[in-house]
Amino acid sequence: MLGTQAAFVKFSEVQKTYDGETLVVKNLNLDIAQGEFLTMLGPSGSGKTTTLMMLAGFEMPTQGWILLEGRAIETTPPHKRNIGMVFQNYALFPHMTVEENLAFPLKVRKLGRAEIEIKIRRALDMVRLGTYAKRRPAQLSGGQQQRVALARALVFDPKLVLMDEPLGALDKQLREQMQLEIKHIHEDLGVTVIYVTHDQSEALTMSDRIAVFNDGVIQQLATPAELYERPQNAFVAQFIGENNQLTGKVIAMDGGVCTVDVPGLGNVQALPINVEGVDRPTTLSLRPERVKLNPVPGSYSNIVSAHVKELIYLGDHVRIRASVAQQDDFVVKLPNSEGVAQVGPGELIRLGWKTEDCRALDRL
Amino acid sequence: MATMAAQITGSADRVPLRLKLQRVERRRKLKAFLLVLPLLLFILTTFVLPIGRMIFNAVHEDTLLRLMPRTMSELRGWDGKDLPDEGVYAALAADLKQSWADKTAAEIGKRMNYELPGTRSKVTSSARKVSTLSTDTYKDALIEIDPLWARHEVWSLLKRGSSAYTAYYLLRSVDLQYGPDSQIVASPPENAIFRHIFLLTLGISISVTFATLVLGFPVAYLLASLPAKYSNLLMIMVVLPFWTSVLVRTTAWVVLLQQHGLVNEALMALHILSQPAELIFNRVGTIVAMTHIQLPFTLLPIYSVMKTISPTYVRAARSLGAGPFYAFWKIYFPQTLPGMAAGCLLTFILCLGYYITPALVGGPQDQMVSYFVAHYTNEELNWGMASALGAILLTATLILYYVFNKLVGTDRMKLG
Repeated sequence: MLGTQAAFVKFSEVQKTYDGETLVVKNLNLDIAQGEFLTMLGPSGSGKTTTLMMLAGFEMPTQGWILLEGRAIETTPPHKRNIGMVFQNYALFPHMTVEENLAFPLKVRKLGRAEIEIKIRRALDMVRLGTYAKRRPAQLSGGQQQRVALARALVFDPKLVLMDEPLGALDKQLREQMQLEIKHIHEDLGVTVIYVTHDQSEALTMSDRIAVFNDGVIQQLATPAELYERPQNAFVAQFIGENNQLTGKVIAMDGGVCTVDVPGLGNVQALPINVEGVDRPTTLSLRPERVKLNPVPGSYSNIVSAHVKELIYLGDHVRIRASVAQQDDFVVKLPNSEGVAQVGPGELIRLGWKTEDCRALDRL
Repeated sequence: MATMAAQITGSADRVPLRLKLQRVERRRKLKAFLLVLPLLLFILTTFVLPIGRMIFNAVHEDTLLRLMPRTMSELRGWDGKDLPDEGVYAALAADLKQSWADKTAAEIGKRMNYELPGTRSKVTSSARKVSTLSTDTYKDALIEIDPLWARHEVWSLLKRGSSAYTAYYLLRSVDLQYGPDSQIVASPPENAIFRHIFLLTLGISISVTFATLVLGFPVAYLLASLPAKYSNLLMIMVVLPFWTSVLVRTTAWVVLLQQHGLVNEALMALHILSQPAELIFNRVGTIVAMTHIQLPFTLLPIYSVMKTISPTYVRAARSLGAGPFYAFWKIYFPQTLPGMAAGCLLTFILCLGYYITPALVGGPQDQMVSYFVAHYTNEELNWGMASALGAILLTATLILYYVFNKLVGTDRMKLG
């Protein structure tokens, strides 16, 4: 997707420190294509918001370049960047009505009154708030304020919109609804969106690509499916989705398969994704839904025995917490159709998984 | 089942439930009332009642009614056109005799002297002479003792004194007075000073309020935007004047601003001035010293409001394309208005009542209403005038507050 054309937004060797001692962002290189929906995902303090603020112009990179449409913008003040932004707490101007809030970026750009009116109408219709033009932000619900903030960031037709955890203050149901709404607006307008969140399901739902941040470094940059199916390191595997981790030592590497000795479990076959070599420690990553309960012997390359500790009924699926290799937190996720009712706590079961579902990653 | 049972008992016990709530509420209200009671009593007995009593003095005046009861009752039948008849004069002579015996003639003279300057000594000498007088034609005798008693305006004055209430002090406070026939006329120019004093008080208060706003706003902005470790130090410097007595601060300004004070000496040493400027005992000194004292009162409410304004508003404005100044002016500044309104109102109202600072660093032309209230209370012992001036100042303040409330709305105001 990239490489054939010049990147729309380009971070090149960007570093940022606030105190001159620790780097909040370490040597960031990131290309974002025009029209892309890119999410920066990571725990708090991972550098994702700082990266966004450097792009918006509220923070200066300590080192490196940020290019927007091929132009270096590190020294351009925020109001000359023409980047729309949605803030965490919306930052709607409390002393102005919805209409005046939307008119603000247009008046700054000295547009004519008629044009301003048309653009406001269009933006309000887009977020389905046509009748709320005369209200003040305080008279709107959280979701409505969120929509106004979205409309305001888009009303002046920026090519790039930044969103800093815009759905953080909404309840779950509204958040899921807004995720789809933002996704559709992005598809309709073709605008480039850079979205910051710490909520992985939000990132998976909306993004074209996700950059997983940790400790000031992008751990992995990939599509949602790639990120979930093929995490490149233990942090990503553990941060995106649910994950069983087993630690062990590599004892043999043979072509595309390695054998790992897990204490208390014996030898496990896994894909060597991120291992240093034979005799080195590794973390095995295994998704709970890829584990089979009581498989036919010989049908899976890895079959181990385990003690059921707990059964958690969740409607569409059942989770079994089992003890594997002296660890009590091995989770198996089974669709609620496989006769799991016969299993009870304390029972001895067998668990099996395929070599390709078990990824040997770096030592966490 | 449980919820159903609760519903049934709930509907059956509706009235007792409401009563129960009332009982609980009543206990809560009583507790709240008891908590404020000591302060309420303190304020009532030491503040509200004395002030109410003082303001009552502005319209209540029974000196003549009390000391000249006979004359007052006779005068009720007087039509106010010609001089009164013999009966009134006889009553007057009796009252004057009595007053001479009771040594209250001077008090009558003083009271009449307020409205008719120069009558004080005439009243006391009349009383002295009447005390030895014995005749049947008091009218002629009294007029012979002093032609004062043939003056129509004197009788108008005495007639007005037959009521325990008078508008005289209030009229004087706005440069009006009673004419010879009890009609309301403008005070003669030498007495007509109070409208000017009220306007001057208003003018100085507005100037000081404006000065504190202009000086305080940037500091409040700095305080609100600095990181805590610097802002705490700056805050201490701002409130430091609060911990120093007003008298000390005012006299410090005298030291600084006097003819050979630090400021003049410095300006002359720098050859900015060739001779000392008049910086004190005039309007400049008054406004400078008052501004210094009032600055924290204006600044702190502004600061507390600024503290609540999230920096993301300005950021949002910047991201939407507004330059730094435009974002400040259109987004930040309007949100500070409630604080500015509160700070300015506080300073303005406090300024209206300033006494000690103008008295110490102002010239004779810079004395505000409070000076005259003190003057009438302490030196002339004319409590009626002091009360009337105070009442008018209080009323004007309340009206200004009301107008301000209508324009800005106190609910939008934030004091801290």
